[in-house]
Parts: sequence; C-alpha cells; structure tokens
Amino acid sequence: MDFQVIFNNFRFLILQGFFGFGTFAGGTLRLALPAIVLGFILGTFIGLARLARSRWIHWPARIYVEFFRGVPLVMVIFWFWFIIPALTGKSLPEYAVALTAFVIFEAAYLAEIVRAGIQSVPRGQIEAATATGLSRAQLMRHVVLPQALRNMIPALVTQFIVLLKDTSLASIIGYVDLTKAAQIVNNREIRPFELYLFIALIYWLCSYSMSRYTRRWENRLSPSPS
Amino acid sequence: MIEFRKVNKWFGSLHVLEDIDLTIEAGKVVVVCGPSGSGKSTLIRCINRLETIQSGDIIVDGSSLSDAKLDTVKLRTEVGMVFQSFNLYPHMTVLRNITLAPVKVKHVSPAEAEKIAAVLLERVGIPDKSQAYPANLSGGQQQRVAIARALAMKPKIMLFDEPTSALDPEMINEVLEVMTDLARDGMTMVVVTHEMGFARRVAHRIVFMDQGRIVEANEPEKFFAAPESARAQQFLSKILSH
Repeated sequence: MDFQVIFNNFRFLILQGFFGFGTFAGGTLRLALPAIVLGFILGTFIGLARLARSRWIHWPARIYVEFFRGVPLVMVIFWFWFIIPALTGKSLPEYAVALTAFVIFEAAYLAEIVRAGIQSVPRGQIEAATATGLSRAQLMRHVVLPQALRNMIPALVTQFIVLLKDTSLASIIGYVDLTKAAQIVNNREIRPFELYLFIALIYWLCSYSMSRYTRRWENRLSPSPS
Repeated sequence: MIEFRKVNKWFGSLHVLEDIDLTIEAGKVVVVCGPSGSGKSTLIRCINRLETIQSGDIIVDGSSLSDAKLDTVKLRTEVGMVFQSFNLYPHMTVLRNITLAPVKVKHVSPAEAEKIAAVLLERVGIPDKSQAYPANLSGGQQQRVAIARALAMKPKIMLFDEPTSALDPEMINEVLEVMTDLARDGMTMVVVTHEMGFARRVAHRIVFMDQGRIVEANEPEKFFAAPESARAQQFLSKILSH
C-alpha cells in the first residue's frame, strides 16, 4: 500500500472533487450544501401544502411527492440533462442541472419528513393556541413548527447524509465530485485501494460531523428534559 | 352571557348534542356533569368555537356564533379555556407560555405582558416558576400555569374541560382552590368535572347530561339532595359512593 498517491493528488481530490474549485464543474460540497438548504425550503412548502385543507393545494403536493419518490434519482438527473436542451434548444451547465435535479428530488423526501413532524405535534397544542385567539399562521410559527422541527431532526439529518453521499450520482453527466475525482486519478495511477479508502474516510467524516452537530442542535431545542 | 338555543351537533351519524337549550348568566358558575360520551366536553368546546354546530344558535356576550361576520379572534380573547391535558407549550418557559397570546393577539407590549404574567403567577400560587419549563413542573403546577395563561387574555368567561381529571389526587385541591378563588371574584365559569365536592361548594347550577341531551339542570342543593331524573340518581349513586 502506498499512500503517496493521495498526497500527490491531494489538491485535485480535495479542491476539485470535494469543494469544487478547479477547471471542471464539480465539487461534492458545492452541490450538497445548496441542495440541502434549497431542498429543505422547497420541501417545507410542499410538506405544508400536503396538510392544507384545500384539495387544490394538497392534491398537487401529494402527486409531486408520490411521483418523485417513485423514480430513481439518476433518472431525474438524466431528464434534466437531456430534456431541457431538447425543449429549449439550449443546454444547461452540469452544475445547474445537478442542483435542480437534487433540489426537486430531495424536496419530495423532505416534504414527507416535514409533514410527519408537523403531524407529530399533539392536537391539544393546536387547540390551546387556537383557544387563546392565535391565528393559524401564528400558531404554526410559534407553537407547532418549533416542536415539529425538534421531532424532525433525526429523520432530516439522515436524509441530509443520504443526499451528501448521493451527490456522487451527478458524475454520470460529467460532474466532477469527490468520487469522480478519485476515479480520474485512479485511471492514471491504478491505486484503487488507497484512493477509495481515502474518499470513504472523507465521506464518513462529513456524515459523522453532521450527526455530531445535530445532537447538539437537538439538545439546544429541548431545554427541558421530557 | 352565554345562551344555547336549540343546538344540535352530529359527529357523522352520532348525535352528540341534541336540542340543547341553556342560559348562563354573567358571574355564574355552571358545572356540567354526566357519564363519559354524554357530550359535556363538546358542549363547552362549542362556546369558543373549537367545535362548530349544525343547527340552532349560541350567543356569547351578545354575538351570535352562527353569524358569518363573527370575529372569532375577539370571541376567543373573551373566552379562556383550560384543558384536561394542560396543553402547555413544552418548548417555552412558563413566562412565555403566558405572554405569547397577549403579545401576539392583543398586541400588549412584552414588558406589560410580563407584568401581567407575574401577577397571575402570584395569584395561582407559583410566583417563582416563571423561568421553568412545563416538563419541570408537577401536574398541578402545570394546570395552574394553564389557568394563568388563559387569564392573561383577561377573558370574561372561563371554560374548564375536566381540569383535574389528569391529576394525582393530592394535586387536585391546589387546582380547585384556584378555581374557587376565581369563582369568588365573579368570573363566569363553565366547568366540566367529576369533582362533586367542588360542584356542591362553588357551582350556582349543575347541568346533568346524558347521550347528548341536558337531562336535568338545577341548583346544587336540589340536585344532590333529590335529583329528579332516574338517570341522574343512578349517576350520583355511582359517583358518590366512593
């Protein structure tokens, strides 16, 4: 085993593959972070829409969720890659395609987590808030969502970790993420064991620090032992 | 103050309230009792419109609840409610539980709301708990905070939905004492409870319900000494025998 290959290609693997600075469109973190933030925002709206009373709001949201949960992510990436150019005559850059596909796909999963989180808040909380005259928007914002968020955290973080690792699927349209960068180096150096062990370590460190950070976040949101 | 006129309500095919006629005057305490499933909770939940009715009308402080232009926010600021399961907000301190609605709904300044909260906590006997979280309080303390939370809106009417049913026996009295004080101060109160001692001491009138109907409504002395209906006699013999 010779880990010299890691040091020789460290800048390419980390800067290009992990962070996304370099000559190629790429970067695991550059795709995962905005996808998490935007996917969560879109997912929250869709999750709330699923709980709306009007069927004109909750049905489209439900169809969205059922549809995107039912198709593979790779396929969604392919669609955006091939269909947008076919429809508009212009092709989008890899990064835009990958980000759009991830946000739209992940929002379907996150919407379900948001919905379940909101529904986990006992009815009595809503009744008590209603009885004091709070409007629906006020009681959502001050009473339901803070409690829902606390209950959602474990499922949310699991989904964020899955998303982070799934970014390697973007390599099928030529996006150079960490996995793809390791593959490129390996094609030249033929050191699969060292390279793939190294990127596994990077993925693991990211996931682990996310779950560590979450535990602190969870504790902060529950100041009272219950 | 509160008037039910031929009120009917169904849950699906279940007739939960049947031709309810009831008048509650200002400053009076009415205890609603009866076997479970008799519609007591539903009855009082109609007063602040947590439940809607299908026919008849309810007049609260001069406004009809079936009026399409009814200001439900105003209604709910005038009618406070206390629940069996307390329903305090677990993620907020006692102080914030109490100040949330005055600040958000009545636009009272936070400082003013905190002053009101301090007075109310004093009144319910737990002035030192304002920074505690609900999970750190006993059931009796939680229910007293819930009463303070409802009172912070300065309501004209207070509804109590089995306020002591989820409490350990030794904590029941501390809650009943707060309610008794409130009644002495002239609050209009509608109380669903199985606490017959409280009913006898504090209530001006007892309303006995069974299967969605008001079977009997009477002054406590008459109701307890000689209930008119067979159903009430049977109920009392069961509930008072232990």
